[in-house]
Amino acid sequence: MSSERTKASEEQIAYAKVLNIGMWFGLLVLVVTFFAYISGSISCFVSIEDLPKYWTMKAKDYIHACSAPTGWGWTGHIGRGDYMNFIGIVILSGLTILCYLVVLPILIRKKDRPYVIIAIAEIAVLVLAASGLLKSGGH
Amino acid sequence: MVPHYSKILIQVFIIFTLLCAAGVAFAWADVQEASASAAVSSNVPSIPWWVWPTMLFVVTFVLGILAVLGGVGGGVLFVPIVGGFFPFHLDFVRGAGLLVALSGALAAGPGLLKRNLASLRLSLPVALIASSAAIVGAMIGLALPTEVVQTLLGLTILFIVLIMGIAKKSDFPHVPRPDNLSQSLGIMGIYREESIGKDVEWSVHKTPHGLALFIVIGIMAGLFGLGAGWANVPVLNLMMGAPLKISVATSKFLLSITDTSAAWVYLNQGAVLPMIVVPSIVGIMLGSIVGVKILAKAKPRAIKWMVIGLLLFAGLRALLKGLAIWK
Repeated sequence: MSSERTKASEEQIAYAKVLNIGMWFGLLVLVVTFFAYISGSISCFVSIEDLPKYWTMKAKDYIHACSAPTGWGWTGHIGRGDYMNFIGIVILSGLTILCYLVVLPILIRKKDRPYVIIAIAEIAVLVLAASGLLKSGGH
Repeated sequence: MVPHYSKILIQVFIIFTLLCAAGVAFAWADVQEASASAAVSSNVPSIPWWVWPTMLFVVTFVLGILAVLGGVGGGVLFVPIVGGFFPFHLDFVRGAGLLVALSGALAAGPGLLKRNLASLRLSLPVALIASSAAIVGAMIGLALPTEVVQTLLGLTILFIVLIMGIAKKSDFPHVPRPDNLSQSLGIMGIYREESIGKDVEWSVHKTPHGLALFIVIGIMAGLFGLGAGWANVPVLNLMMGAPLKISVATSKFLLSITDTSAAWVYLNQGAVLPMIVVPSIVGIMLGSIVGVKILAKAKPRAIKWMVIGLLLFAGLRALLKGLAIWK
């Protein structure tokens, strides 16, 4: 029998709720856009038939060979079948940032200073990763 | 009845997995042949495009089942097996591997948090360290030559096999005294342990050591796109002293944060192809659902050893591919 002592904290429940809704929404968008993509009803940036020529390449070579966008450049091709799939991928990848933003006010209200700092730092790390500012060199 | 059922299941899995492996091997041989002739002619492989995503879906579906029954994350099976036996470049496989592990963690996260098995207080400090390190790992991985990453991946998978084979787990580790850092952060909790019908209070120790190890774990997660449950659980359970259930659940939830940061790096550098990502995510998720249903009826221990065998084979394949011995 579950008692009051074993209940999850307010911030934990809030985090779980946003995660649950966002995950199903992101997954639904991902599956719908993928079927639109493979149905061939929408034009693609790289045609599906040509894709096997490119997926054996290193990512960097693929970008050069197709002049494919990097960072948030895909938003300029959002109407294309292949890049439409990025909407779902970005929802799933960005969900954690949203969860932290939901939890942050609760931590502030509870005056949980160490965790407020940790949450802000995590949001900063994730936003930096998502920004596309970080680039690796390469061979 | 149940052991008989288990035996049949194991046999079905072995046959199905072998068939999938054989299918992939035959198709791969055809692609190699096509690539050789394509170099001379039009550079278009003879296999229709839809064969690979379909095969990917089937293989990841099986991997999803095996992952649940073998008690491992999907990412750790996905990267070496798909990287070793499919024609996709390792960059795209690692990018997809991170998103596969991320999706599994996102799906499991809400339930684990609500049941108070995954601890946000334990996760948040660990996640900050691991996710920062995962970004570094992802950047290193995309910068290194493929054969180096492939070789390191092979060695890592073999190391994971070793850990899976010998590591002990402790349901309720003894924590003599929580360390100062965990006390000041309030990393502790209570959860209901249904198997013994009691509320279990837990705390952790050696937090600074654990956090230091999560730097390494984060780098490896980003570098190889593996997910990191194989490393998270031993550190949380054996080193920091969190109960096994808390460690497993918190580890699963942690992946949703750690892998997110690395996934963004792969996404921004063009190392994500929806044609690889979506069938893999859907395949693994459906496979996991079926795996959970099978797990409820039978618990074949042999599956764990089959997963270890599969990983051993995939690890050797990655190592030999990286060393250009088995192309």
